[in-house]
Amino acid sequence: MGGEFDWSVVWKYRAVLWDGMVTSLQLFAIALAGGIFFGTLLAMARLSRWKALSVPAAGFVNLIRAIPFIMAIFWFYFLTPMIVGKFTGQQGEAVGPFTSAIVAFIMVESAYYSEIIRAGIQSIPRGQPWAAYALGMNYWQSMGHVVLPQAFRNMLPVMLTQAVILFQDTSLVYVVALKDFLGAASKAGQLTGRIVELYLFVAVVFFVICFAASWAVKRLQARLAVPSR
Amino acid sequence: MDWKVFLEQAPSGGMTYLGWLWSGLFWTVCVSACAWVIASVVGGIVGVARTTPLGWARAAGTAYVELFRNIPLLVQMFLWYFVMPEVLPQALGDWLKQDMPHLLTLPFAAQFSLWEFTAAVLCLGLYTASRVAEQVRSGIQSLPKGQTNAGLALGLTLPQVYRHVTLPMAMRIVIPPMTSEFLTIFKNSSTALTIGVLELTAQSRQISEYTFKTFEAFTAATLIYIVITMTVILLMRTLERRVAVPGYIAQAGGH
Repeated sequence: MGGEFDWSVVWKYRAVLWDGMVTSLQLFAIALAGGIFFGTLLAMARLSRWKALSVPAAGFVNLIRAIPFIMAIFWFYFLTPMIVGKFTGQQGEAVGPFTSAIVAFIMVESAYYSEIIRAGIQSIPRGQPWAAYALGMNYWQSMGHVVLPQAFRNMLPVMLTQAVILFQDTSLVYVVALKDFLGAASKAGQLTGRIVELYLFVAVVFFVICFAASWAVKRLQARLAVPSR
Repeated sequence: MDWKVFLEQAPSGGMTYLGWLWSGLFWTVCVSACAWVIASVVGGIVGVARTTPLGWARAAGTAYVELFRNIPLLVQMFLWYFVMPEVLPQALGDWLKQDMPHLLTLPFAAQFSLWEFTAAVLCLGLYTASRVAEQVRSGIQSLPKGQTNAGLALGLTLPQVYRHVTLPMAMRIVIPPMTSEFLTIFKNSSTALTIGVLELTAQSRQISEYTFKTFEAFTAATLIYIVITMTVILLMRTLERRVAVPGYIAQAGGH
């Protein structure tokens, strides 16, 4: 290529890039919500007294954390249509790539979030759930009204930091040819031969978003911190 | 399920599909190990820079960390591999893309070139350096301030304080977080498949595409990742116990 930059390509392909960003944001939002929801259940299962719950939960979390994110995406991309097909009796093609990618991201993020949430739950003194039981609450009431609200407050900064990492990780769906923000830029790059401008633009956009978000998390962390003695 | 598929002859490389897996593992280890050298050297320097009293060194260190950890790894991979040769002076860029690949023919059934390997190592190494730097910084900052002051009061210069007081302690403290950073680099090396490096994940996908034995191919790669992760954790635990400062690590520990 050589020579001058031609940034007009970014403006020309703004609709494609915007669609890609919307896909990235959708994936991010769904994976975040699903990851926290299932991550909470996984953490509760891991801390359960019943081996039948805690052992499989620990196995799942350790398994996901031991393999590369891309390997996990490949796994769920392969398994999701198969399993859905078994249940509905339909062929695998009934499940689109976006759904498979979402399942993969929710699974992986729930494993990552469960570790954060487990640490948060364990940061609450044991006496609190006991006090809740003594007051006549059952397990779900004590978790829902006593333990989890405090745990979530304690772990809020870590969860938000993980959310910034998750937003960056959404770019990995590139490996299953889904058109997220990076995939859209890559596509536009192939059409125009202007990959330099497009990839640099993607890098700058990610940097601005993630830098601003990390800075905001740091501010929040400082405000939430217990003043030192 | 058909596990005998791994003993079949693969279409290239003059080996079986099991050979493809081994070759993938070889390149995963190679990329991770080379990148780790860069990550620990650069990360060590940047991390130390962020703890010095020198304003410009702290600013430069902070800029490095913020830059590298706020851009997705995959995007950085593309910047190194696709963008870098274009923004360098043309002669150098062309050399990277056209001549460098012929400098050295990679062994072990590599179907990619030296430039792909180099870009992957640079990318992973410099990205992980930003994470290592944060671990080194927090390790050094977890030491009581009095140690540095005592060293200075004894007449040591600042470099001497780092060399004889701060770093020997900090290095022991950062071993556990370094283990998890090494495992991270090992797993992140799979992103190199996007620029054509045939490492373990890429090979398992390739096997599944050629044989349609996706379950077997993915299971094999997954097992290899698990075995290596466990081995690294066990080795590092032994090392941790060896170099522990009695009564100190527990107190400074945590990640």
